Amino acid sequence: MNSLILRTTTRPIIVVLLLISIFLLLRGHDLPGGGFIGGLVAAAAAALYAIAFGADAAARLLRVRPELLVGWGMAATVVAGLLGMVAGREFLTGLWWVIAVGDQELKLSTPLLFDVGVYLVVVGVILRFVLSLEER
Amino acid sequence: MLSALLLAFGVALAAPWLTGRLGRSAGWVLALLPAGLTAYFVSLAPRVAAGEPLVQSVPWVPQLGVELAFRVDGLSLLFGLLIAGIGTFVAIYAGGYLAGDRQLPRFYLLLFAFMAAMLGVVTSDDLIVLFVFWELTSITSFFLIGYKHESVESRTNALQGLFVTAGGGLAMLAGFVLLGSMAGTYRISELLAAPGLLVEHPAYPLALALVALGAFTKSAQWPFHFWLPNAMAAPTPVSSYLHSATMVKAGVYLLARLAPGLGGTPQWFWLLTLVGGATVLAAAALTLMQRDSKRLLAYSTLVALGTLVLLIGVGTPVAIKAMVVFLFAHALYKAPLFMVAGSVDHEAGSRDVTRLAGLGRSMPWTWLAAGVAGVSAAGLPPMLGFVGKELAYEGLYGAPWLLAGLIAAGAVLVLVVVLVAWVPFAGRTVQAPKAPHEAPPSMLVGPLLLAALGLLFGLAPGLVQDGLMRPAAAAVLGAPYAFDLYLWHGVTLALGLSLLTVSLGAVLVATWRRWQPALLARFGGVRIGPVAVYEGGWRRLLRFAEVQTRFVQSDDLRHHLTIIVTYTVALTGGVALWRGGLASMVWAPAGGYLHEFLYFAVILLATATVVRSHSRLVVITSLGVVGFGVAFVFVLFAAPDLAITQFLVDTLVVIIAALVLIRLPSSALRAEGGRDTRWLSGIVAIAGGALITGLLLAVTALPFDGALTSFFEANSYPAARGRNIVNVILVDFRAIDTLAEVVVLAVAAAGVGALLRRRLGSGAASAPAARAAAPAPGAPATPAARRDSDGGAR
Repeated sequence: MNSLILRTTTRPIIVVLLLISIFLLLRGHDLPGGGFIGGLVAAAAAALYAIAFGADAAARLLRVRPELLVGWGMAATVVAGLLGMVAGREFLTGLWWVIAVGDQELKLSTPLLFDVGVYLVVVGVILRFVLSLEER
Repeated sequence: MLSALLLAFGVALAAPWLTGRLGRSAGWVLALLPAGLTAYFVSLAPRVAAGEPLVQSVPWVPQLGVELAFRVDGLSLLFGLLIAGIGTFVAIYAGGYLAGDRQLPRFYLLLFAFMAAMLGVVTSDDLIVLFVFWELTSITSFFLIGYKHESVESRTNALQGLFVTAGGGLAMLAGFVLLGSMAGTYRISELLAAPGLLVEHPAYPLALALVALGAFTKSAQWPFHFWLPNAMAAPTPVSSYLHSATMVKAGVYLLARLAPGLGGTPQWFWLLTLVGGATVLAAAALTLMQRDSKRLLAYSTLVALGTLVLLIGVGTPVAIKAMVVFLFAHALYKAPLFMVAGSVDHEAGSRDVTRLAGLGRSMPWTWLAAGVAGVSAAGLPPMLGFVGKELAYEGLYGAPWLLAGLIAAGAVLVLVVVLVAWVPFAGRTVQAPKAPHEAPPSMLVGPLLLAALGLLFGLAPGLVQDGLMRPAAAAVLGAPYAFDLYLWHGVTLALGLSLLTVSLGAVLVATWRRWQPALLARFGGVRIGPVAVYEGGWRRLLRFAEVQTRFVQSDDLRHHLTIIVTYTVALTGGVALWRGGLASMVWAPAGGYLHEFLYFAVILLATATVVRSHSRLVVITSLGVVGFGVAFVFVLFAAPDLAITQFLVDTLVVIIAALVLIRLPSSALRAEGGRDTRWLSGIVAIAGGALITGLLLAVTALPFDGALTSFFEANSYPAARGRNIVNVILVDFRAIDTLAEVVVLAVAAAGVGALLRRRLGSGAASAPAARAAAPAPGAPATPAARRDSDGGAR
C-alpha cells in the first residue's frame, strides 16, 4: 500500500510494538502476557510493516525465513521439555535458576524457554500467512 | 540386547551423515555395524546352546504390564545371526549397487532402521514390544520398497505391501491382546511355559486365527501372497534382504515362536498345513509364468515360505528339525541368488532371462556365486540346501499329499535355478542392453561368501549342528531335541524323492521354451483370485473415500461450515435433549451497569451489519468489531489474558482476511448467495448459537466445582513460581497440550505456505488462494479457544 502517512508512522510504531511484545513475553509468568500474546503482538507489528512497505521489505527486515522461526521455536519447546528429562525428572518438568542482579531477581527457567519457543512459532506461523499473501 | 538395538538405531540415524562423509567406501565402513552385531550373536551362541538364554528386561509401561523384555534363545539366535550376517553383505553390496545414487544416505538410514527393527522382532520377549517392532519393520520396508519413489509402480507396490502387512499386523495385535488376557501376561516365555493354558481356553480358535492372520500376511502366504512379488519394485539389495533373512521370515518366526504354546492342536495343524500347502502350489504355478529373474526368485521364495509354514504346522520333531535347517539353507542361497540377479541387471542391463546368454565369459565370478548358490537352491548335494530338502521330505512322510505338492514345487525350483543361474551365463554371447562386465568387489563378496557358506555347512553340517540347529529346534519344540545332521543319509526314500524331483525339474527345463510362450499368451494378463479381490477392494475404498470427502469437506466453505454446524447441533443437541442435559437450564436475567449494556449493543449492531451487508470487506471488519466487543466483555469480567488474546487474534484475522480479499477479483468482493441460501445459512447459524447458549445456561446453572481453580490458585506460585495462572497452565502444568498446539500451528503454516506458493507461483486464478487461506484465521484461534476454558476456571 503506497501511503506516505502509513509509512512514516509505521517505523516508530513497530519499534514500540516489538518492545511491548518482548515485555509481554518476559512478564507473562506473573502478569498478563506470555509467549502466545507476545508472539501475536510481534506478528501484528510485522504484518503492519509488510502492509506499509511490502512483503519483500518485511522479509529483508526479518532476515530469516518464517519457516526457520517456526522450526527454532519448536526446537526450543522440545529442548525445554528434554532439559527436564536430563535432570532426571519427567518430560517438561520446569527447572529454575534464580540469579540475583542487584536487588532484583532474574528468573531463568525452562518454562521461559518454552514460552520463547511458543513466541517464535506464533510469529513464524502468522508471518508465513501474511508474507505468502502479500507477495506479488 | 537393548544396548545392541539402541546402537543399531543410533547408527541408522547417523548413517546419512556418515554416508556423505565416507563417499565411495561408505558401504564397507557401514557394514561394520551388522558385522559387529553378527559377532555379538556369535558370542552368545555357546551359552544359548548350553540352554541359558540371554534374558533382559527394562520397565517400559509398568501401568500396562508392558516391559522392554528381551530373550535370546536358539530360535532368536538363528534369526539374529541371519539378519545381522546377511545384513552385513547387503550393506556392502548396496554400496556398489547404488554407488553414486543421490538417495544412498537415506537408503542406509532405512536399511539399518529396518534391520534393527527386525532384530527387535526376533529378540522381544513381550508381545506388545514384539508388535511395535513388527509394525516398525512394515513401515521401514514400505520406504525401502518404495525407494524409487518417482515411479508410480514403485509407490503403488510399496503401499500394497504396507497395506497388507500392517493390516495383518492389526489383526495380530488383537490376537496378542487376547493371548495376554487369556494368560494374564504379555511375557512370551511365561505364556509358553504353561502347557495347555492357551489351547484349552475357549477363545483359543479366535486368538489363533488373529495371530495367524498377522503371520500369514507378513510371510506372504496364500491368499496374501501377491504383495511379495510386487515388492520386487525395490532395489535389488532390498529384495535380497527382505526375502532371505528378514521381513517375510518374520511371520515364520512368529509361528515358530508361538508353536509351543499354540501348536499341537488339530486347528493348528489344518490351518497351517492348508495355507502353507496352498501357498506352495499357487506359488509354483505362478512361477511358471515368469521371465524376470527377480520375479522368478520372488515366487520361489513364496514356495519356500509355504514349505516352512506347513512344516511348522506338522510340528513333529522331524518336521521342526527340517524347518530350521531348511530356513537356514534357504537364507544362505536366496540372498546370493538375488544379489547375482541384481548384478546381472546392473552390469548387463536386463533381468529378462530370455534376452540374456553367455555372460559367464565377462562375469565369471558372478557366475561362480550363482552356480554354487543355485546348486544349493536346487537341493543337490553337497550343499546345505540338499540336507534341508531331504529333511523336509522326511518330515512330511506322514502326509503324502503334502509331500506330493512339495515334490512338484521342488521341480519348479530346479527350473528357477537353471533360468537364473545357468541360462544368462552359459552359451553363446548375445547382444545385451549394456556391454557386460564383471561386478565390482563390493557386489561379489556377499554372493560368493554366502554361497560358500552353503557349501561349507553342506559338507560339514556338524559345524552348525550343536551350536545353532539343535537349540533353534529345541526352542520351537519347547523341549531339547538331540539330532545329528548328515550330508549323506544313505540310499533312503528321501534320496529317491530327490532324484524324482530333479528328473521332473529336468523335464521342465528341457521343455520350457516350448510351453512357456503359450502359457504366457493364455494367462498373461489374467487377474483372478486374491489379486483381483484386493485391487477391486482398493478401487472401491478410494471411490468411497472420494465420495464421502466430497460430501463432508467440499471446496465450498459455506457448505463445509453448514455440515459441521448441522452435525454438531443434531448430535450434541439431540443427545442433550434425549438425555435431559438441558434440564438444568435456567433463564435468570440479572441487571447490570449501563456500560455493560452498551458493549452488548455494539456487538448486536455489528452482528446486524454482518448479516445485512453485501460487501465481504464490510462483513470481515464487522466480525472484527464483534470480536472486540466480546474481548471487552472479558475485560469486564477480569480475564485480561483472554481479552488481550481475543483483541490480537481478531486484529490479525481481519488483516489476513483483508489480504485475501484484495487478491480476489472485484466480483468476489460481493457476498453472493440468493435468498434461499441466506435463509438456510441463517437457520443453521441460529441453531448453532441457540445450542451453545442453551448449553452455557445449563452448565452455569449447575453448582460450580472449584476444585481445579483452588488447585491452581494454591499451587501456581509454590510449584511453578508464577502468579499468572493462565500462563502457568500453558507453559507448565499443561505444557504438553501447548506443545501439541504448537505442532498443529506449525503444520498449518507448512500447509498454507505450500498451498499459497504453489497456487500463486503458478499464476493460477487467485480464488483457490482464498480457500487455502481459509484455515489461517481458524488456526491461531485454537489456543485462544482453550484459554477460554482456562479463563473460565478462574
